[in-house]
Amino acid sequence: MIHKDVLVIGAGPSGLSAAIEAGKAGADTLLVDLNLKAGGQLFKQIHKFFGSSAHHSGTRGYEIGSLLLKQARDAGVEIWLQSTVIGIFPGGKVGIERGLDNGEKDLVTLKAKTIIIATGASENAIRFKGWTTPGVMGAGAAQTMVNVNHVRPGENIVMIGSGNVGLIVSYQLMQAGCNVVALLEAAPKVGGYSVHAAKIRRAGVPIYTSRTIIEALAGEDGSVCGCVTAAVDDHFQPVPGTEETLKCDVITLATGMKPTMDLVKLAGCALKFHGPLGGYVPIHDERLETSVKGVFVAGDSTGVEEANTALDEGKIAGISAAEELGYISHEDADAMRSEIWSRLDSLRLGPFGERRMKEKKAMMEEYSETVKVPAAFQ
Amino acid sequence: MGERIENHIILDCKPAGQKIQITVDGKKIPAYDGEPILSALLAAGIKINRYTVKRHEPRGLFCGIGQCTDCAMVVDGIPNVRTCITPAHDGMVVETQDGLSKEVRHDS
Ligand SMILES: Cc1cc2nc3c(=O)[nH]c(=O)nc-3n(C[C@H](O)[C@H](O)[C@H](O)COP(=O)(O)OP(=O)(O)OC[C@H]3O[C@@H](n4cnc5c(N)ncnc54)[C@H](O)[C@@H]3O)c2cc1C
Ligand code: FES
Repeated sequence: MIHKDVLVIGAGPSGLSAAIEAGKAGADTLLVDLNLKAGGQLFKQIHKFFGSSAHHSGTRGYEIGSLLLKQARDAGVEIWLQSTVIGIFPGGKVGIERGLDNGEKDLVTLKAKTIIIATGASENAIRFKGWTTPGVMGAGAAQTMVNVNHVRPGENIVMIGSGNVGLIVSYQLMQAGCNVVALLEAAPKVGGYSVHAAKIRRAGVPIYTSRTIIEALAGEDGSVCGCVTAAVDDHFQPVPGTEETLKCDVITLATGMKPTMDLVKLAGCALKFHGPLGGYVPIHDERLETSVKGVFVAGDSTGVEEANTALDEGKIAGISAAEELGYISHEDADAMRSEIWSRLDSLRLGPFGERRMKEKKAMMEEYSETVKVPAAFQ
Repeated sequence: MGERIENHIILDCKPAGQKIQITVDGKKIPAYDGEPILSALLAAGIKINRYTVKRHEPRGLFCGIGQCTDCAMVVDGIPNVRTCITPAHDGMVVETQDGLSKEVRHDS
């Protein structure tokens, strides 16, 4: 059986930076991701990032991804792509469907002394008549097609949801040559930053607030040919008589994300519901250790946030895992962590950030009250 | 219908892999070596990947990152292959999947 000091699951910004820290400290580190490319969400993002220079502001997402990948290789991290973690078993045993160079898959079991779960978040779908019709897809799926694979998912797009993801992806679809027919928002006002919304409006795309989709229409070939929208009342219920039909061949859903919980559940980590963080999240302490000893979490899988916070949380998890194994002293680890925490606090400002910061702090308090000392792997 | 992006204001869209051919339901379509099978299908205007088991409803690209299995097809005789995260190679034979497609596994 393969033995590793640190197994990092997920090669998004949080997993990459966790692996870099653990590798730099001297831990024998393996980074696993199911995708063809490392970088997680970063690889689909082609806009320049906000934030401070410590967080690569002004650099485009996919460039940050490549930079981190190189740093991970330099830190001696072993990287398996196209490899999916399919199970976590008692005693830190992990089942991986490993992708081989010849395209085949191999089932591998390995034992890791510490595990960092950085599997990110998945998109929420909303249900309406015809929502499974080919042509209805997540906004992230459309973004992956244009920005990573350089293929348009269709010509005429109706975007549902006006949070930052809906706004940014609409803009990027236009940059790729698609026509964004309209953006629908059920709430009375736009959810994302007004700079992003202004860009969309300037390009002539109508944003309809207090309006939602009620049906996807399928054409003869079975895929989307349009949609029916309706105004909604104060309780988000469609108002009869306000229906309108839009022609489109793609409907993209940007209706929020939730942390992926499959692996933390398998590892037996205690979960708690935190609405502002996107749903159920594994509770953790300041070292990002969960209720299970040696199992750490970082990034969107501990609450949906941003690439910058994911990068910093990943660092903390990597440092803590290396500390757990004795590669970094407790004093050094504490000092490194407190510097990162103060940076994280300054990142988590503004209307969205502050709410999440409060929620994270409440969650860490719950941890110190209920978990106190993490339990050994069951 | 989807098509390939040739000129992009930010991205360099030159394909990384060589031009190849794959066969989809008996028809040859062009692809680039190593790109997800699904990209080649979209570029060729193919939006339906499979039909569901019970109600025989069409499904296509939904998550694009290997999480939902809506894009599963029969690839070189193997059913349930997620085409959004499986790279294309020259001569691959891809078929629209009907239900669980157990028959294909038995035939081959
Ligand atoms: C449209 C959009 C715009 C954004 N814009 C910004 C912005 O301007 N600024 C900003 O700071 N942030 C932005 N973000 C947010 C940012 O991209 C995410 O918060 C960040 O990528 C989260 O990082 P992560 O490492 O936690 O997860 P991810 O990047 O999602 O990575 C998780 C990885 O885990 C892998 N994985 C999952 N399960 C398994 C498994 N079982 N086995 C193996 N691998 C697995 C996945 O393949 C994936 O690569 C944006 C996000 C979106 C969608
Ligand atoms: S589209 Fe969801 S798995 Fe491929």
